[in-house]
Amino acid sequence: MALIIEMLKIVKGFPGIKANDDVTLEVEEGSIHALLGENGAGKSTLMSILFGLYQPDSGLIRIRGKDVRITDPNEANKLGIGMVHQHFKLVHNFTVTENIVLGLEPVKGVVLDMKVAEERVRALTAKYGLEVDPRSKIEDIGVGMQQRVEILKMLYRDAEILIFDEPTAVLTPQEIHELIGIMKRLVAEGKTIILITHKLKEIKAVADVCTVLRRGRLIGSVKVADTSEARMAEMMVGRQVNFSVEKEPAVPGEVLLEIDGLKVRNAKGLLGIKDLSLRLRRGEILGLCGIDGNGQTDLVYALTGLAKIEAGQVLFKGRDITRASIKHRVDMGLGHIPEDRHKHGLVLDFRMDENLVVHSYGTAPFSRWGVLDYNAIRRNAEKLIEEFDVRSGEGPATPTRSLSGGNQQKAIVAREIDRSPEVFVIAQPTRGLDVGAIEYIHKRIVEERDKGKAILLVSLELDEILDLSDRIAVIYEGEIVGEVIASETNENELGLMMAGSTRKAVRA
Amino acid sequence: MTKNQAKFAVPLVAVLLGFITGAIIIALTGKSPLAMVLAMFRTLTGFDLTGRTDFNPRYIGEFILQSMPIILTGLSVAFAFRTGLFNIGAEGQLMVGSLAAAMTALMVSAPPFILVVLSLLAAMAAGALWGAVPGFLKARFNVHEVVVTIMLNYTALHFCNWAFMTYGTLDSVRTADFPAGVTLKSVFLAGITNGSRLNWGMIPVALSLLVFWFIIEKTTFGYGLRAVGFNKDAARYAGMKVERNIVLSMVIAGAFAGLGGAVIALGTFNYGRILPAFEFYGMDGIAVALVGGNAAIGVLVSGLLFGMLKAAQPLMQSQGIPREIAGIIQSSIVLFVAMRLGIESLLSLAKRKQEAGK
Repeated sequence: MALIIEMLKIVKGFPGIKANDDVTLEVEEGSIHALLGENGAGKSTLMSILFGLYQPDSGLIRIRGKDVRITDPNEANKLGIGMVHQHFKLVHNFTVTENIVLGLEPVKGVVLDMKVAEERVRALTAKYGLEVDPRSKIEDIGVGMQQRVEILKMLYRDAEILIFDEPTAVLTPQEIHELIGIMKRLVAEGKTIILITHKLKEIKAVADVCTVLRRGRLIGSVKVADTSEARMAEMMVGRQVNFSVEKEPAVPGEVLLEIDGLKVRNAKGLLGIKDLSLRLRRGEILGLCGIDGNGQTDLVYALTGLAKIEAGQVLFKGRDITRASIKHRVDMGLGHIPEDRHKHGLVLDFRMDENLVVHSYGTAPFSRWGVLDYNAIRRNAEKLIEEFDVRSGEGPATPTRSLSGGNQQKAIVAREIDRSPEVFVIAQPTRGLDVGAIEYIHKRIVEERDKGKAILLVSLELDEILDLSDRIAVIYEGEIVGEVIASETNENELGLMMAGSTRKAVRA
Repeated sequence: MTKNQAKFAVPLVAVLLGFITGAIIIALTGKSPLAMVLAMFRTLTGFDLTGRTDFNPRYIGEFILQSMPIILTGLSVAFAFRTGLFNIGAEGQLMVGSLAAAMTALMVSAPPFILVVLSLLAAMAAGALWGAVPGFLKARFNVHEVVVTIMLNYTALHFCNWAFMTYGTLDSVRTADFPAGVTLKSVFLAGITNGSRLNWGMIPVALSLLVFWFIIEKTTFGYGLRAVGFNKDAARYAGMKVERNIVLSMVIAGAFAGLGGAVIALGTFNYGRILPAFEFYGMDGIAVALVGGNAAIGVLVSGLLFGMLKAAQPLMQSQGIPREIAGIIQSSIVLFVAMRLGIESLLSLAKRKQEAGK
């Protein structure tokens, strides 16, 4: 088949870094081409060049064999290139159709003709199997549906080349499955897809060819069918990657956290957690798994003090913390890696060193008599950056917003582990991270367990739960429907419990 | 261009563009923009570049005098803003500050110096109280502070007038003079500035700038306020008392503005005034804070700039330039600062051109 995209010897530098250094990408028409690399390997830069957001310092771009200069995204659209961004660009109080036609509204005289638009949208959804109600408002539909709207936006503009920027980062396993089907359907209809990702499983599932970047350089392009996941991971990270987490069997000690008959209201005012009880022991990792939206977030909020507890009680080393303030819990030794790093985890407009002391800025050595000691705060940051390998342009003074997602997460993990909490609530610790970073964070979590900490791991990634946990509790509609020993269970058993169809209890 | 360079360059370019806009409008009205430049230079330095009149330091004194209250209202707006609150109520906080200072000066008997200090403190307390109301309503009931502060401005205007008229006005415009010595007026400062109204109000203004800088940049309290301002959820996650910080931020913001009221009452006038309408110190404060980037040093510089624009009005008028020009310049500067993104991209474009030309 013919090459539809040729990006030849692309070089693009930013102050202090070569984001793309002599990178070549050749994509065949009608294929799914994966672009693989660690956080900050230059994937996004390369795609931003293709989409007209950046101009390359040197190199050549050919689309359908013709030399082109893509000066801005409009130019890219004209060439049939469309992009589904990781963070959707949708107007929340507009309907699906209104969002799709935005900028290309069909008019009858001077008034909008939404009927025509709606029919075109319906035709597109039918053709590509992208089920979505054209009249729903964006705020009323889920993330998976919103992503379909983004895809429809491109199809409405007759895009032939679709760039997906880490499309599965925000999706549940079920939605990922559906997306994979949609992508295959799109290719069957003659579209070409570039998939930016660092999830090897997904590449294996959909992609034909995989191009690997590392630190701005091209490592190679391989046929996915002939290449193992381990080989691709090695190409990406530059060394052998350990997929399975190495850990000794747990040596559980006394119960540190006791949850009894917990009831918590969720954001909608309904009972998100109804009558939940759990025990968490010293020296063990308890994995909490379930399908997204079954009360995991409410449980984490209730334990850490972000949400009010309606009924029941939480005991921390025998002391009642049901009504304790967040500060009180933090001071008692409760650690929390939050699920949403931008909402809770970081003050993005703070510098990195400031973010690393958000819990402890009020105590020595970071402040005395209410006056901050910026030298101590900076030294603390230098120590953690070094120890946790947080990659940042300007060290402690780096604006947190400018760090890549993976490094932001590493900063949070560094801060929380350094506080050395006894009970550690960890939610989605590796969402959106590459295998190298995941391996590292998993290692640190196991180390904390071995130091005798009690860890509650909440994750939507079943693999992560199975790899890390000693014991697994399954949550379904705000209740624990099963507790099993990690080494004695498998994906199937957990899957059935997650869907609410079986129950099982192994009391630890 | 780094972020830090942009932080200084944008306001500078905005100020420049503001003056150019003013100059163009003057030229359109058939007058010479040069007269504006001369008037402003004279206001700033006291020198007459045409050489027709001698150096007159009174202009310098008057321009600093004009700057003092708007630096304080600027600090008030900036302080609240650092906690993510938009304080439109500096106007009202300043008025109740004026009232409290005047009432203290007129009704309390104490040695003059002590009474001056008491008046300043009373003004701060009154402003703080006036700021606490929207702060509390925001923290407790999530009522938007913009609505509450705007309404409290009107409340302050009428409440102050009622209070003055009930408790001792001389006539329908003013109270009696404050007792002898209970004043910020200074024979010395007036002397070195050729009889300007410049007064010791400078000292509380300077202290306020220092306190603002110290609290925001150096203390754990300021760190907490900034965290709340940038990201409430993250602040709450870290165990900070978000609601308390919101109230305290408005209290302190109100105290700055209230102090501004005292500086006007004790320094500029020496009596309490009945006001027919707003004087827009609060609005000027918003402009000062915006142009000054909500930082102490920036508020000082932009406060002096806007003070100069106010003080230059009579001189410009004597040259046949309408006094409204100063207002136009001030508004265009604010407008250009608000167009920050546009200016930033213009600056980086200019820089690239320059590099390409090398």
